[in-house]
Amino acid sequence: MIKFFLMVNKQGQTRLSKYFEHVEIHKRTSLEADVIKKCLSRTKDECSFVEYKDFKLVYRQYAALFIVIGVDEAENELAVFELVHNFVEVLDKYFSRVIMFNLDKVHIILDEMILNGCIVETNKSRILAPLLVLDKMAES
Amino acid sequence: MALKMVKGSIDRMFDKNLQDLVRGIRNHKEDEAKFISACIDEIKHELKQDNIAVKANAVCKLTYLQMLGYDVSWAAFNIIEVMSSSKFTFKRIGYLAASQCFHEGTDVIMLTTNQIRKDLSSPNQYDTGVALTGLSCFVTPDLARDLANDIMTLMSHTKPYIRKKAVLIMYKVFLKYPESLRPAFPRLKEKLEDPDPGVQSAAVNVICELARRNPKNYLSLAPLFFKLMTSSTNNWVLIKIIKLFGALTPLEPRLGKKLIEPLTNLIHSTSAMSLLYECVNTVIAVLISLSSGMPNHSASIQLCVQKLRILIEDSDQNLKYLGLLAMSKILKTHPKSVQSHKDLILQCLDDKDESIRLRALDLLYGMVSKKNLMEIVKKLMIHVDKAEGTTYRDELLTKIIDICSQSNYQYITNFEWYISILVELTRLEGTRHGHLIASQMLDVAIRVKAIRSFAVSQMAMLLDNAHLLTGNTQRNGICEVLYAAAWICGEFSEHLEEPMQTLEAMLRPKVTTLPGHIQAVYVQNAVKLFATVLARQEGAGDRQAAQETTELLIEKLPQFVQSSDLEASCILQLIKYIQKLQAKEVSVSEEVSALFAGELNPVAPKAQKKVPIPDGLDLDSWINKPLREIESEDEKPRAVFQVEEPQHSRPRVPEIDEKELAKRREVRKQEQASNPFYIKSSPSPQKETANVDHIPVVQIDLTVPLKVPGMPMSEQYVKLEEDRRQKQKQDKKKDKKKKKEKEKKRGKGRRLDSAHTESEEDIAPAQSVDIMTEEMPENALPSDEDDKDPNDPYRALDIDLDKPMVDSDKLPVQTHRPTEGLKSPDPVAGVEEQDEKKSSKKIKKDKERKDKERKKSKEEKKKKKHRKSTPGEEEEGQVEKPAPAAAESKITALPTAPPTEDFDLDFWLSSAPVPSQSQPELVDPAPSSEPEEPKDEEEREESKSSKHKKQQHRKEKEEKSKKKKKKKHQDEGKAKSVQNGTLEEEEEPLPPMTNYSLLAENSDIKMVSTGQQGARMV
Repeated sequence: MIKFFLMVNKQGQTRLSKYFEHVEIHKRTSLEADVIKKCLSRTKDECSFVEYKDFKLVYRQYAALFIVIGVDEAENELAVFELVHNFVEVLDKYFSRVIMFNLDKVHIILDEMILNGCIVETNKSRILAPLLVLDKMAES
Repeated sequence: MALKMVKGSIDRMFDKNLQDLVRGIRNHKEDEAKFISACIDEIKHELKQDNIAVKANAVCKLTYLQMLGYDVSWAAFNIIEVMSSSKFTFKRIGYLAASQCFHEGTDVIMLTTNQIRKDLSSPNQYDTGVALTGLSCFVTPDLARDLANDIMTLMSHTKPYIRKKAVLIMYKVFLKYPESLRPAFPRLKEKLEDPDPGVQSAAVNVICELARRNPKNYLSLAPLFFKLMTSSTNNWVLIKIIKLFGALTPLEPRLGKKLIEPLTNLIHSTSAMSLLYECVNTVIAVLISLSSGMPNHSASIQLCVQKLRILIEDSDQNLKYLGLLAMSKILKTHPKSVQSHKDLILQCLDDKDESIRLRALDLLYGMVSKKNLMEIVKKLMIHVDKAEGTTYRDELLTKIIDICSQSNYQYITNFEWYISILVELTRLEGTRHGHLIASQMLDVAIRVKAIRSFAVSQMAMLLDNAHLLTGNTQRNGICEVLYAAAWICGEFSEHLEEPMQTLEAMLRPKVTTLPGHIQAVYVQNAVKLFATVLARQEGAGDRQAAQETTELLIEKLPQFVQSSDLEASCILQLIKYIQKLQAKEVSVSEEVSALFAGELNPVAPKAQKKVPIPDGLDLDSWINKPLREIESEDEKPRAVFQVEEPQHSRPRVPEIDEKELAKRREVRKQEQASNPFYIKSSPSPQKETANVDHIPVVQIDLTVPLKVPGMPMSEQYVKLEEDRRQKQKQDKKKDKKKKKEKEKKRGKGRRLDSAHTESEEDIAPAQSVDIMTEEMPENALPSDEDDKDPNDPYRALDIDLDKPMVDSDKLPVQTHRPTEGLKSPDPVAGVEEQDEKKSSKKIKKDKERKDKERKKSKEEKKKKKHRKSTPGEEEEGQVEKPAPAAAESKITALPTAPPTEDFDLDFWLSSAPVPSQSQPELVDPAPSSEPEEPKDEEEREESKSSKHKKQQHRKEKEEKSKKKKKKKHQDEGKAKSVQNGTLEEEEEPLPPMTNYSLLAENSDIKMVSTGQQGARMV
């Protein structure tokens, strides 16, 4: 099961967060700060899996952007690692502009891919289908 | 009204949208908080307006602020308002906000039930989808109960998009409302064979999660999953299924036997690392479950270990890490297969990545033997010296101790070496693990009687050089070691060469800077030492010296009296009394020594807990009124050593004459004898041998100069030990030769094995551990299970799903539905049936249908009660449909007596160990014929193993699945378009969930490759 999904920039600012298990808001900030610190301090020579408390962090860096996923011990780390890449590919396919201002759309994408802490969809066109419908609605 | 609208939209033009907010926050880096509070005021204003677009915009901004860590729970009601907007664009914003902010404690959630129900049954699939997604984040037990039936209905929706979401949400519903599991389960099971791979994957996901917590209830699904495993080409699904099997095999070893072959085939054929890793993990689980292995399983183990070695050797750090992780699982059951890779694992200790080093350390734990322990620890000690970060160094320290102390010091052949290692470890500055070293020292000194004399000499040296350890007492955890050193020197003072010197060391003024609990131990043991010294001096007839010793104590002890631990003042009084007696020329040594007679043995960790509290004893009530000032003034002892407990029962005698002393001792002995709760050491025979003469003392090579701690000296014991072993070998050489000859006659493989174990057994330890078990009160079992968590949420889901359902298992169904007309929310009605009926005259017939459905559902409810069956059953009579659908409904129709393949688990397990043989059994010919081909291909591919081929093969697969999809689509096509065709046009046939080929080329992906994207993001 996936516990949370974070997008963070190199300065450690959260760009997007999604929790699949409820975490109180004041705990979220400290958890995020902690998690980000753990991941940012690692070099490229180190593996992308970090043992953190009772779960694992799987992270991936794309230039200045970090994507960190918290998973429980039963999740296949490599599969999650690939999921991150898949996600970034989907973003790449859809967005032509800065996505920072379209976070709600990123949320839609994420909701299509991960639901309830499980990976539901990895096919790009399937993931983007609802978003395209929405865009059509907005145009008309 | 119109004017108002216009005014509203003009207002909107000046409102900030999310983009402006994000930009604004960026531009106000200095006064971010101020800017945001201004924004929040603005948002509050916007929320007060009637225009839903304005509200939605405001809520959208709030969602962003919430992500930044601002509490927006005050806007919960506004979020619900936006959720209930009829426009999807707004509804979506509302649900997103709700999914981010709402949780079980949000009280307005109960207002949403009807709205969510309405959205769930909306004709627009995206309305339903967004409601389901939101629900997964904030479902409460109440919502779960009220909506379970609606969601269950959606599991059979015509759109796979809805089906897969509904299936996944059910998992959350089960957790919040466990009663729903049983009635929903047949349908969930049905979804495992859904024509849409996405839905299938969702169902696999849910059942995997359920089965992981309560595997035994899902064992009967094994044949079905086996079929899926051998037929699916989707790696994501395969990973889940294989993981599920990992959870099931411990319960049914026969299943494991059946799995080995397809799994090893997969390991050979797959190019996806994640899948390979999962297979290896499950094979390991299988092999663990097969305790008495079949002979050919060593091949599987070898295969796993080989593959893992490849992972560990890979330059990709991720693979290296996972390889080590999986290796440690093999280690538990097949240590020998791992031990041959010792070189590789030791190499990993030098890795740049700390997590990899830690994993390698874990592996070392299981790889040690009597033969290589010293060598491995030596390597680790070098790493300790090199280690920079204190965390990693501490980890090394604990690992060294773990490795050495495992299974009662099984692998230690020379305890002098071990003690010197422990002493060397005390040189670590700033370690947190002083208490760990200390407890090891105590444990070894107590359990290994032969080592006491050596231990005492080492500890005396530590005490003498205490200043080296106490540089910075505030932060330095290492001074805990002095606790152990003082206790050992006191308790086993008879072994001390120069007790007087140690006694003086223990009474130095510097000691008062130590933490209180250590001071206390110092004082107690100073008296023990004093007793020994006294005995020796009086034995030698030197009364003058004895009196001087007493004088020394009386002079030094007052410095401890200020300590909050009371030992010092009591003991000072005692010594003063002794002095008086000495002045009268009475020999006191015997009496003083008698204070400390008897041996202290280790007590089991839970022993105290097992002792029942006698009636009338309230442990919480104060004996005396508490002294306010002294409380919490001094540092409390952090580590509770196993041996500490009995120490408290040691009598601390104030001023009493010797007759009284003897009398009291007598009384105490009687008391102890009659007290059933007094922990006596009588079960262990060592107790009576308090006489030290019986203890075999090992000869120490005195030609070796004693060194000051701080200098590495374990080295010399390694050499000594080697010499000793050499000698031993020579002694045994004759025997060995004979044995070897015998061995040669035996089989080849066997010989290797026995030769190995023999060389292990050959090494007899120089000292042996005398005391193995800890003392426990009677009737107490060491393995009592008192750590089970009663609050485990998964307990409620432990339901036997194979039992037939009863009336009480039905889901609550709302009778008055406000939205019933929109779409059939009926749990039962075959959707396909509706499709036909609706087709063109949909709207006209709407009302008619409504009534009809109502009737029907009533009928069915009746039926349900009578037949006590699953909803699937009703489909049987009514549905007239193409063959595949009928076949499907049949499968679900008989949940308690499923068709052939998952009918009799025993039969399934006992027959056909080879997967290809089980194929003909399958009911549905369509999916089963397909998997055969790719499998063959995969095998072929493996032999050629060219990348080009692989790609081609992948394409083939994709094409195939596309074809399949299309075919299916044609079947459903007609009906589908009419059913939900309000908003969107006929969907293009979408490809199924990707069989993520990327997984295969993991090592090729560069971490920072797609830089553009990231650059744009931030």
